[in-house]
Amino acid sequence: MSEKKTKRRDFLFTATYAVGAVGVGAVVWPMIDQMNPDASVKALASTEVDVSSMNPGKTITVLWRGKPVFIRRRTKEEIAEAQSVNLNDLKHPEKDEDRAKNPEWLVMLGVCTHLGCVPLNDKGDYNGWFCPCHGSHYDISGRIRKGPAPTNMEIPKYEFVNSNTIKIG
Amino acid sequence: MKNFLKIFSLIILFSGLSLSTQAAEKVEYLKTDWSFKGLFGKFDRAALQRGYQVYTEVCSSCHSMKYLSYRNLAEKGGPEFTEQQAKAIAASFEVTDGPNADGEMFTRPGKLSDKFVMPYENIKAAQAANGGAYPPDMSVLVKARGGGVDYIYSLLQGYEDPPAGVTLDDGVYYNKYMYGNKIKMANQLSDGLVEYSDGTTATIEQMSKDVTTFLMWSAEPHLESRHQMGFKAIVYLIILTILVYYSMKRIWSRIETEV
Amino acid sequence: MSDQEYTPKSKFGKWFNDRLPLLTLASHLTDYPTPKNLNYWWTFGGILTFCLVTQIVTGLVLAMHYIAHADMAFDSVEHIMRDVNYGWLIRYIHANGASMFFLAVYIHIFRSLFYGSYKAPREIIWILGIIIYLLMMAAAFMGYVLPWGQMSFWGATVITNLFSAIPLVGEGIVTWLWGGYSVDNPTLTRFFTLHYLIPFLILGLVVLHIWALHIPGNNNPVGIDVKKPSKDTVPFHPYIVIKDTFALLMFGIVFAFFVFYTPNILGHADNYIEANPLVTPAHIVPEWYLLPFYAILRSVPDKLLGVIAMLSAIFILAALPWLDTSKIRSAVFRPLYRQFYWILVADVLILGYVGAMPAEGLYLLVARVATAYYFLHFLVILPVLGWKEKTLPIPLSITEPILGGSPNLATAKNKESLNS
Repeated sequence: MSEKKTKRRDFLFTATYAVGAVGVGAVVWPMIDQMNPDASVKALASTEVDVSSMNPGKTITVLWRGKPVFIRRRTKEEIAEAQSVNLNDLKHPEKDEDRAKNPEWLVMLGVCTHLGCVPLNDKGDYNGWFCPCHGSHYDISGRIRKGPAPTNMEIPKYEFVNSNTIKIG
Repeated sequence: MKNFLKIFSLIILFSGLSLSTQAAEKVEYLKTDWSFKGLFGKFDRAALQRGYQVYTEVCSSCHSMKYLSYRNLAEKGGPEFTEQQAKAIAASFEVTDGPNADGEMFTRPGKLSDKFVMPYENIKAAQAANGGAYPPDMSVLVKARGGGVDYIYSLLQGYEDPPAGVTLDDGVYYNKYMYGNKIKMANQLSDGLVEYSDGTTATIEQMSKDVTTFLMWSAEPHLESRHQMGFKAIVYLIILTILVYYSMKRIWSRIETEV
Repeated sequence: MSDQEYTPKSKFGKWFNDRLPLLTLASHLTDYPTPKNLNYWWTFGGILTFCLVTQIVTGLVLAMHYIAHADMAFDSVEHIMRDVNYGWLIRYIHANGASMFFLAVYIHIFRSLFYGSYKAPREIIWILGIIIYLLMMAAAFMGYVLPWGQMSFWGATVITNLFSAIPLVGEGIVTWLWGGYSVDNPTLTRFFTLHYLIPFLILGLVVLHIWALHIPGNNNPVGIDVKKPSKDTVPFHPYIVIKDTFALLMFGIVFAFFVFYTPNILGHADNYIEANPLVTPAHIVPEWYLLPFYAILRSVPDKLLGVIAMLSAIFILAALPWLDTSKIRSAVFRPLYRQFYWILVADVLILGYVGAMPAEGLYLLVARVATAYYFLHFLVILPVLGWKEKTLPIPLSITEPILGGSPNLATAKNKESLNS
């Protein structure tokens, strides 16, 4: 009898604690989720860029989601150079054809994959980009060739709306 | 426990009192059944969509809604236009953007992320175009008026000829629900003013109700999730309170019989 | 308070506790002997702690999204209400939380008034409480300014203008408070800074308030000293903890109802209109919890005297332990005081009501009578009552039958002889 009673008491207390814990969780979640991107930030997903005035060999930098995006109109020599690289020489092997759907245009997130600095144009040992923070060298396809960065610079989602306009995001 | 119930009822009574003092000096507004009132109140989607139509075709020529974006029209708990519809609505507006590479502002079709296009550049321009009166922004208008939805609903239908002895200046109209009865907005609604795409007859009453519902949503876009979450929260609290009550009885029974 | 030294069982616990006696503190808090006859009016201390923590946590979250700038404050609040994940919930909890906080603090204060908790040896607890209450009013007022609506703006203008009543330097002080020639962006920024600071001051004072409480221990409904620990007391944990939790949950239901179903009822519609320095709203009314003092302010026809009356109404409370000359704490044994107590409650409610009404005609007259009575209660009735009132015999201990069919005269006599 008394054992039964103890069991019932245990059940009551356990249930109270369990239900209480669920409530604490339900209260904590909004406090955490409020720091996630809000609805207005999520809505600003795409940017359109007019590239009609760009000559071959020119790079522009545009802002997308608060980060720089490099858009480079590559020359014929640069394309040839980018496509001729032996994949075995690469730290993060990726074909140039996969990175630039239209080989003339390279659209890439201008953020070093090491610790997030913005690499410099037309610098470095591989005629591409060079990150001044910790010395990462990228080639003309934005692939990491030398230095501490682990991967190639990221390619965002983009499309040509028409021959003059690129829509990023 | 008895004592506790006393306290509890006192708090309820007190809250009731504070509500009734708020309600003091109330004008008798026109009544209608709002679908969003009550514990489970939800918006009437069709009314919201019609209300949006009334806003765009009638109100928006003078009244801005600066806190709304076109994306809101497709969001859950709102008019819930489909994404395609909302995109089409947004694209039907010309939005000023820029500056472009040449430093010039340009216009383009609206996107979902754009705010509702404003009828005037700024408040001064709005005043200049409306004989000195600023047509208030309508995003939170329902919450900014003491009578709330009933007031707006009544006001839209409250135009009548001034009683004898009341003289009105030019550009001032008589409305029996307006504070002071003088309003600078002329009567905007007339039967059949808009043609509802869902075939509802556009009476003044119908349009007033629809647009007021729309304004309620614009002022409280999360009303539905608030009601749903509130119900769950209160049910949860009651369950936990009961559990804690019995736990308390159990614990105190070690020393006392009555807590 | 238990006098035995606490020794942790584990070796590490002992090592740690010798260097920072947190475990001793925890053991003191859990074992803290509490009179077992505390009724539910005593649960509001715990409820108030909950309110303070809720306000601080939700306030921190809001501060992550709020922008303290005259041009952007209103927009940023709407941004919180519309776009921030759960922003509407957090803001409504914070806004209604202020009202819940004051509701609880008024119950807490009136409990103290009824049971004489402010009397020796608890005067410091009481005075700390009054300081906390003052800071709460300051925090609430500045918080109400932050959304930068019409009531925010004009409330700030009216309240800061109270300082202009000070002779000679008044105008200078007001300009200094504003950081300009009117309430404007500098005022908003400094109010935000102070609104952020004050809750932490309150938190510190709450620690002192509880510390001071733990020296003599809780008063109780009978109002007599309790031997601690004894059969009259229970350890704080689990007995009082579970009781406080139960009361807190009931309070939470009321709180949740406001937040989820009538979140704007305690606010004012005009505060959803963006601040406009050119137009004053038709009725300027403070939040409900400040209405009694607002009524006192308006009932005095002179500007300076009105401000003095309002401030005195608060500060007079700090002198209460010495104004009330009766040695008996609990109103249970003071039949006359009990009646005057309820008249005071009614008086304050009346003041609150007329504070919400326009200051004219009958309302003004009622406000004046109620103001006069308020001061009369503290300055005349209480001191005189202490001398004149014939109190009921008090029991020797709280476990004895209290005010049963036949008050135990023998024990009461016994007690009196012990006292003399």
